[in-house]
Amino acid sequence: MTRSIVVVSGGLSNPSSTRLLADQLATATDVALRGHGDAADLRVIELRELAHPLADHLLTGFPTGALAEAIEAVGHADGLIVVTPVFSASYSGLFKTFFDVLGPDLLRGKPVLLAATAGTARHSLVLEHAMRPLFSYLRAITVPAAVFAATEDFGGARSADFSERITTAATELADLVVGSPRAVPDDPFDNVTPFDKLLKG
Amino acid sequence: MQFGIFTIGDVTTDPTTGRTPTEHERIKATVEIAKKAEEIGLDVVAFGQHHNPPFAASSPTTTMAYVAAQTSKILLSTATTLITTTDPVRIAEDYAQLQHLSDGRVDLMLGRGNTGPVYPWFGKDIRDGIPLAVENYALLRRLWDDEVVTWDGKFRTPLQGFTSTPRPLDGVAPFVWHGSIRSPEIAEQAAYYGDGFFSNHIFWPASHTQQMVALYRRRFEHYGHGTADQAIVGLGGQVYMARNSQDALAEFRPYFDVAPVYGHGPSLEDFMESTPLTVGSPQQVIERTLGFREYVGDYQRQLFLMDHAGLPLSTVLKQLDLLGDEVVPVLRKEFAALRKPGVPDAPTHDSLLAARISESVPA
Repeated sequence: MTRSIVVVSGGLSNPSSTRLLADQLATATDVALRGHGDAADLRVIELRELAHPLADHLLTGFPTGALAEAIEAVGHADGLIVVTPVFSASYSGLFKTFFDVLGPDLLRGKPVLLAATAGTARHSLVLEHAMRPLFSYLRAITVPAAVFAATEDFGGARSADFSERITTAATELADLVVGSPRAVPDDPFDNVTPFDKLLKG
Repeated sequence: MQFGIFTIGDVTTDPTTGRTPTEHERIKATVEIAKKAEEIGLDVVAFGQHHNPPFAASSPTTTMAYVAAQTSKILLSTATTLITTTDPVRIAEDYAQLQHLSDGRVDLMLGRGNTGPVYPWFGKDIRDGIPLAVENYALLRRLWDDEVVTWDGKFRTPLQGFTSTPRPLDGVAPFVWHGSIRSPEIAEQAAYYGDGFFSNHIFWPASHTQQMVALYRRRFEHYGHGTADQAIVGLGGQVYMARNSQDALAEFRPYFDVAPVYGHGPSLEDFMESTPLTVGSPQQVIERTLGFREYVGDYQRQLFLMDHAGLPLSTVLKQLDLLGDEVVPVLRKEFAALRKPGVPDAPTHDSLLAARISESVPA
C-alpha cells in the first residue's frame, strides 16, 4: 500500500541543513515502509515558499494557492515529518505560523516525526520543550524518537551515530503509520449537526 | 431577483486625504446612500448593527425608520441584526414597529457578530455564539407567530403569558435571512425554518460560499420546504468601478491597501483572484456577478458593499450611479433570461400576506 508522507521543512536558506535533515528522514521513512511491504508517496512542503501566503492568511483568515494545496496535503497525509531550525530557543515563527493556520483538528491522530536543527547541540531540548507540546496540543501522535541535528552531526566524528538516530526515528514513524487508520479529514459540510439536536442545546 | 446594497456603517479614515468623517457625517452619509439606492432603482438597502468603534450603527431600526420616512419603494433590511447579543424580545418589537411605519417594506438578516469583547457588554459570551443564535431565534419566531408566549430558556429570563407588541403587520412577520460566513450550523438553521440564507461572499473565497449554499439547499429540501432549487439564497459582493479598469484599480488601491479586514495583506490583484471582489469596468462587474450563479445556482438577492474602507460619500454616490445606470439593468435582464423555471422570488410582505390569505381560504 502507498502511504502519503508529507515533509514540512522550515529551513530558510538554500541549501539548508533543515531540508537536508528532512530529506534524510524522508528517505529513511521510505526504506522503513518498504520493510512493511508499503511504499511512501513523499511530498515536501518548503515553508519559505509559503511565507507570503501565510502572512496573508493571518490577515484574511483563509488560505490561497500553494498554501491551500499544502494544507490539503497535510490533511490527507498518513504521516508527517516536521523539521524546524531553532530560532531564539524555539521553533521558528514561520514554522509555528504554518501550524497555527491548520485548524485545531487537522492533525488529530496523525503520526508526526519531530526534528530540528541548530548550530549547537545545546538547543536539542527544543524538541521536547517546544515541539512536542505543540503537537500534543494539536492531538497528533508524536513519534517517541525525535531527531536533533547540530552542525557537528553533519560529517562530524559521530555521524554514524547520527544516521542511527535517523533510522530509529524513521522506523518508529513507519511503524505508527502502518498501524494507523488511513487519514480522512472531517468535512463539516458532510457531517452537519441536525437542527433538532442544536435546538436541544 | 432583487438587487441592492449593504452598508456596515464603519467610520474609517480616507487614506487618500487622512480625513476621518465624524459619526454625525457618517450616519447622515448612510441615509444619503440609502436614498440614492432608491433613486437609482435598487430593490434593497441593508444596514449593519455594531456596538463598538469604529462603527456608528448601533441602532439599525432607528436609521431604517428615518429612511423609510423619506423613501417609498425600497425594501429595508439589515446586514446584520445581532441575534446573539440583542434580546429577541427587542428584535420582535423593534422590527414589528418598523413594519407598521414602513408599510411592510422591511425584512432582516440575522448574524452572530464575531467581536468577542461585545458579548459581555450585553451579558453574553462569544463561546455561546451558536447556542445563542439557535435559542434566541426560536424565541423570536414564537414571539411573532404566537399571540401569547410562555417560554423558558437558558439565555434570558422566562416569559409568562407575554404578548410582543405591536403585532407583526397584517399578522405576517418580516421575512428572515440567516447570514453566515463560515458556520454550517447557520445554513442548517436557515434550512430548518425554510428561511433565506445569505452568504457574506466578500472577504472569503467563492469555493467557501459554494459549500455553504450547497449545504443550505440540500437541507432546505430535506426539511420539506421545496426542492433545493427553490431555496432562498442571497449573496454579498464588493465592487469598485470606473469606465476604464486601470483607473478603477488605481483609484481603489489606496483604500484596499489599508482597509479594515484585509488591509496590509495580499495585493489587490491577488485578493480579486481569491475572493469575489471586483475592481474594474462596469462590464467586468457584470460578467463577474453573472458568474456567481454558476456556483450557487439561481438566487434571489444580490447585495453589493459600496461604502467601505473610508471611500468618501461623493465617490460612493458616483459608484451608485454606475451601478444603477449600467450594471443592475443588465444584470436584471441577464439573470432573468438565465433563470430556470420554478425558481421563486425572495418573499416580500405582499407575497407572504397573499400566501397566508390563500392558505386560510378553503379551496
